[in-house]
Amino acid sequence: MSRIAIDEARCKGCLLCTTVCPVGILVQSPRFNQQGYKVAEVRPEDRDKCTGCTSCALICPDLAITVWRSKKPKGGA
Amino acid sequence: MAKNKRVFIKGNEAVAYGALAAGCRCFFGYPITPQNDIPEFMSKAIVDAGGEFVQAESEVAAANMLLGAGACGIRAMTSSSSPGVSLKQEAISYMAGSEIPAVIVNMNRGGPGLGDIGPSQGDYYQSTRGGGHGDYRTLVLAPGTVQEAYDLTVKAFDLAFKYRNPVLVLGDAILGQMKEPVTLTPTAKVPASEGKAWRLEGKGKRKPRIIKSLFLEDGALAAQNRHLEAKYASMAGEVACEQFQLKDADLVVVAYGSIGRIAKTAIRKLRAKGKKVGLFRPITLYPFPDAALAKLAKAGKKFLTIEHNLGQMVDDVRLAIRGLADSAFFGVYPGDMPAPEDFEEPIVKALRRKA
Amino acid sequence: MSPAAVKDEILAFDRPEVVADRATHYCPGCHHGVAHRLVGELLTEMGLVDKTIMVTAIGCSVFLYNYLLLDAVEAPHGRAPAVATGVKRSRPDNFVFTYQGDGDLASIGLAEIVHCANRGERVSVVFVNNTVYGMTGGQMAPTTLIGQKTTTCPGGRCREREGMPIKMAEIIGGLGGTVFAARAALNNVKNIRQAKKFLKTAFEVQTKGLGFGFVELLSACPTNWKMSPVKANQRIETEMIPYFPLGIFKDLSGEGGVC
Repeated sequence: MSRIAIDEARCKGCLLCTTVCPVGILVQSPRFNQQGYKVAEVRPEDRDKCTGCTSCALICPDLAITVWRSKKPKGGA
Repeated sequence: MAKNKRVFIKGNEAVAYGALAAGCRCFFGYPITPQNDIPEFMSKAIVDAGGEFVQAESEVAAANMLLGAGACGIRAMTSSSSPGVSLKQEAISYMAGSEIPAVIVNMNRGGPGLGDIGPSQGDYYQSTRGGGHGDYRTLVLAPGTVQEAYDLTVKAFDLAFKYRNPVLVLGDAILGQMKEPVTLTPTAKVPASEGKAWRLEGKGKRKPRIIKSLFLEDGALAAQNRHLEAKYASMAGEVACEQFQLKDADLVVVAYGSIGRIAKTAIRKLRAKGKKVGLFRPITLYPFPDAALAKLAKAGKKFLTIEHNLGQMVDDVRLAIRGLADSAFFGVYPGDMPAPEDFEEPIVKALRRKA
Repeated sequence: MSPAAVKDEILAFDRPEVVADRATHYCPGCHHGVAHRLVGELLTEMGLVDKTIMVTAIGCSVFLYNYLLLDAVEAPHGRAPAVATGVKRSRPDNFVFTYQGDGDLASIGLAEIVHCANRGERVSVVFVNNTVYGMTGGQMAPTTLIGQKTTTCPGGRCREREGMPIKMAEIIGGLGGTVFAARAALNNVKNIRQAKKFLKTAFEVQTKGLGFGFVELLSACPTNWKMSPVKANQRIETEMIPYFPLGIFKDLSGEGGVC
């Protein structure tokens, strides 16, 4: 399963990541970080939809996102 | 050790010879009279010596190129004349603030504004009070002969690296354009390790180095200024001056650079007439030789300061001898060219003056 | 920090080591962070980190040395290309780049950038154009668009009074010493990828000793544009790119550069 981790201490809640996610699973969370920013998150129920495309990490100005992509299973799914 | 070589050269050329002897590897110039011989000479000589010459787009740029080279721990220089040196002040302030060694030559010409292209000492304040924004000092060396132009330029590089500070060589149009025989004394090779503790060369495997003058954190700028203050105080030991026929003199004539030289001739003439006068010629304008002047004041001597301006160094002379004596002042207007005879009458008048 | 990759996973995106592990002082949605990352990634990928000397400028990016862990010297406002000239002439074997904003590069430092490019100095310039003076509080820049409101053109920039926004990539592309000049934008993934490609070429023309490389990056300044980060991002597409076209304005990288 591909996934991302958002470093909430670095996130400034700009929400640029939410505009580029091809599957639309990134949203603003209800949480504030220590700097007072309302951080972004992957909607919990959508976690398995992440494709590992890295678009969110590429546009994030704060290097708050790390991306893991699942290895393609041999011989197809 | 190579033998001494004798050459017959201009003051401007002597500065260039001195720079090359000191191991200067980069020269950043911009044309302005009366110092053009320096970049012209360097455009070939420093390249022949394996160094770099850049004719910058402005004096502002030339001084900032110097900043870049200095940050790399490379011996580098720029030269200019008064209006051009005004433009260099931005970078000089930054170099002082970020402790970058550099040599800046000013062949002082008449001002204010465009002034003229003749000699002047109108940049004394600018040279000795920092010149740009902020609270800083540069070492200031004031040659009075073409030989000294060579020797002090060599020394300027050593001092710049000793203190990680900009050093000014302050001459004038007379010195720059005057030809004299000069002994080119051989100099030691610059050690490859110069500046190794702080210079930029790519971080390699060590921690990154940052050369900067911005200190925004609480207390950081105050700490930096305290550090710089202590450094400027430590420069006091570099003080240098010429004392000529002062032992039995009743009057001390204080003059620097070319004017000191002209005053010396006037003093020789007056000595021949039996007048007890002598010369005190500061060679370092910062640090200023105030202890030596105070000693003369304590001995009960009278003072006359002669300058090619409306009276600038005389302030430092008066500070040096305060409470002990006062100094009379005679100024030659920038735009006028003094001869030794012009000084004789003011010297005699000051000699007669009650202490 | 982020957890390590588990079985059957590959780490697809992480911060390069040269980018400091600390939050930046930039406002939310500011593109400086993206530009920093691209530079950091390229220096890492090209093996240049250890031999780089970075020349920082005045503006919001003045603290660049806190975020990119490289040897650095701070230049006075606008003078970074002159300082970089001094650095490169002193240390020709090092990789030297400046990172400047539009007030720094296109206004006060116009003489320095033009002559540095024209001399063909072997340095690279990263130019962040967000059409406004950011750090000083949103004053008019030479790149401010016509009609754009700033604190010193509160009625909007007016062509008759303040002239037209200056197109730096085109100007630099027209100079003899320039080997590569291009403009990209940092507003979407496609443009960010293009920006990285341009930056790579600009860096390569230096490492190959060909000459001067320049990349302009259209960037957002949501705070001084008084927009949300998402709206500011859209403004790059709808207002900036139509006036500041993306693309390459000069590329001699395949032709051995200039003398």
